[in-house]
Order: sequence, then C-alpha cells, then structure tokens
Amino acid sequence: MNVTIVDYQSGNISSVINSFTEVAKGKVNIEVTSDIKKIKSSDKIVLPGQGSFKSCVDSLNSINGLVDTLKEFAITNKKPLLGICVGLQMFADIGYEEAETRGLGWIAGKVSKIDNQKGKFKLPHIGWNEIEIQKESKIFKDIKNKSHMYFVHSYEFIPEDKSVISATTDYSSKIVCAIEKDNLFGTQFHPEKSDKIGLKVIDNFLKL
Amino acid sequence: MLKNRIIPCLDVKDGRVVKGINFVELKDAGDPVEQAKIYSEGGADEICFLDITASNENRETIIDIVRKTAKECFVPLTVGGGVRTIQNITDLLLAGADKVSINTAAVKNVNFVKEASKKFGSQCIVVAIDAKKVSENKWEVFTHGGRNKTGIDAVEFAKKVEENGAGEILLTSMDKDGTKSGYDIDLLKTITNSTNIPVIASGGVGNLDHLYDGIVKGGASAVLAASIFHYGEYKIEDAKEYLNSKNVSVRL
Repeated sequence: MNVTIVDYQSGNISSVINSFTEVAKGKVNIEVTSDIKKIKSSDKIVLPGQGSFKSCVDSLNSINGLVDTLKEFAITNKKPLLGICVGLQMFADIGYEEAETRGLGWIAGKVSKIDNQKGKFKLPHIGWNEIEIQKESKIFKDIKNKSHMYFVHSYEFIPEDKSVISATTDYSSKIVCAIEKDNLFGTQFHPEKSDKIGLKVIDNFLKL
Repeated sequence: MLKNRIIPCLDVKDGRVVKGINFVELKDAGDPVEQAKIYSEGGADEICFLDITASNENRETIIDIVRKTAKECFVPLTVGGGVRTIQNITDLLLAGADKVSINTAAVKNVNFVKEASKKFGSQCIVVAIDAKKVSENKWEVFTHGGRNKTGIDAVEFAKKVEENGAGEILLTSMDKDGTKSGYDIDLLKTITNSTNIPVIASGGVGNLDHLYDGIVKGGASAVLAASIFHYGEYKIEDAKEYLNSKNVSVRL
C-alpha cells in the first residue's frame, strides 16, 4: 500500500512524516511529495496543514493541478484522505483567518475563530484535551472516549451538517475536533503529537 | 477540559544534558535522546531542549539530537537557545522540532517574532522571556542567560510579543532560577493577567507544590522544570499524581 503525505510547502511536516513512518514500519510505503502522478497512484492521502488557513490554501493553489488531483482522489474516486489541523479545516467552503478565503468546499461549512469569551480562554488552544466521541469512526477503533489528544489552533471548523462530526472537545464551547464523511477523515488535533493514542489513530487510518 | 501541561526541560551543552545552578556551575549528566525518551514514556506533555551554548558553538549537535529524539518521541518538542534567524528555525523544524523558543533575537528585534510567526505559524513560535525583579511589582527583561540587562519592562514586552504573533510565552524568573524555592508567583500572575496567550512558568521549581502554585496561584497554562526531574527526585508520574490529587487537571 502507498500512502502519500502531501508536501505542499506549508508548515512543518517532519512530525507527521516521523509518526507515519514509525507506525508504517516498512509494511506501508510512505511517500512525501506534491508530485501529481504519485498522488494519483497512491492508495491513501494525508493532508497536513500548519500556519493560517489562507497560507495553506494559497500554498495548495500554487502547485499546478494539485487541488484538482486531490478532489478527483477524494471526491470523485472516494479514496481515503485524512486532513490534519488546517488540513481538515480546508475541507470547508470558507475560512476567515487573515482574510476571507475559499477552502476546498468538500464539506459545507466555515472556519472561524474560537470564541474565547472575551479573553476567558487563552488562544491558541494549546495542549492536551479530551475528545468526546460523537459517533463511531473508523479511525477511532479501540480508542476510548475521553482520550487525550494534543491541540494547537485558534480557529475551528463548523460544518453545516452535524452528522459528519465524529468527535468534539471542550474549550469555551464544544469544538469540532474530528470528522468522518464516507472516505473523508479529519482531525483538528495532532495525532502525530498525541503520544501512543495518537499513533493508534494513525494506525487505524493506515489499516483502513 | 484543557489539561495543565508538565514540561521537563533538558539543558543541553555539547550534546550532553546539564543543569546549572543560576546558569553557572554545570554538571554533566546524560544523553539527551535517552532522557527525552524516559520523559516521554513517563507521560511528559511536551519536551523542551534548551541549547545553552548555542550562541557560540556550531548548531549541528543540537540539530542531530532533535532529529534522533523526534524519531522516538511523539509528543511536542520545543527547542530553544541561539534561535536567531529564519534559517535556524527552518533547520530545527525540519529536524523534527514542533516549536522553537526565541529569546535574545526577540528582544533585539520584535519584528523577528512577527516574521517567524507569519512564516511558520504562531503555533510554533514561543518567546522565552527571562525576567528579573527590579523593584516592587516591576520586572526587567534580561538576555544571554541572565547576564545582560536590557532596560525593557517584562510586562510591556510580553504584550508586545503577543501582538507580534507569539503563540506562547516561556517565562523564566532569573531571581528564582536554580534556587529551588519556587516560581516567582507575582511575576507569573502579572504576566498571565496581562496577556491572552498561554504562559509556561519556569525557574525555581524545587518540589511538587511549586508546580501546583505555578498553575493555581500563578495562572500558568504549563509548568516547566528541569532539575527535580533530571536528578530523579521526582518522576513525571509523581508530579501528575500529586497535581491530580489536589484537583489540578492533568493528562493521566
């Protein structure tokens, strides 16, 4: 099996590469690339994302044909894709970080700043928080409700259709922290930085 | 609910872990990669490397340590010490660091914080502030491991780095560092009340009550300590169990 981590020159993906390589341990071939041909021929895609929504979308768009290739992979061919952090947020129609920016539009919804209740909650939301599992999700197999995951973000994905939400976390309000819609998976938290339990999420994705 | 973080810090010199008393007497005590692994297995919420001689020596050693650690530890890794240029940050992140901590370079030019957070995202930019008390409720920023006075007010500077995109503040009391007498709670409280980003308390931890005070009295989002963990007085597990028993929420 070939799994591609999309390297579109946005943010630091070393930890994503390290963790997937650790879990794959030679059984699964991990590619790190933005090469359209390689992405097309892979079995699964991981879309990481760090920095702002706008900078990630701009970086994706700067690589010729990448957005269309991802769309064909995930929407037309319905092959498994995991978005992490801003990688998940970009599934939305629109994001408001830095400037109003169109997302990939794969899951109807928007990405807005977390309401920190006038400074009552510090932003970014950094650290370990419990996830509350809202529905059965393939990537949460053998993962207990209230497991701790590592977060670092100031914006949240608000999908229109709440049935895509697979987990939330409590920080000023119930924040969407994982989604599953058919072959599309996303985590707002960083499985690659969430210790053994995070590696289990990665393992579940690789075993799909 | 967001948990309070416990962050063991490893001071690294020439590829080896040391912990100085007031930044002077250094003792050699261990391989940083092995240490980081032990901490990570013990439940450390993050790991911090501070390259204490980075200002003068070549940076390859720390980069190599980061590279090796990042392949074995899957919790966030912060690296500080001698981070002066965008290239320094790029090198550390590519080696596997998740965050970098900027100290002197931020004091010299706060635009560097802005530039770095714009390029890499606020989530990976920590500004380390070394502060020393100068009068009642007044603290000044120091650099170069507490040797150089800057004349800059610590509270004003904390606000300024927040405005410029810092994701977190790592606040060290120069008066307390190495004394094992606890954090400077007044300093901590003043800074956590004046900023809206998470503050990591550092400098002075001698026992587990000090961690409790840092979180509960000082309002810190995370507590950093070096020697109490490093010399085996307490394990990370002990710290977490203790805090949990006093109703401070931690990741168990």
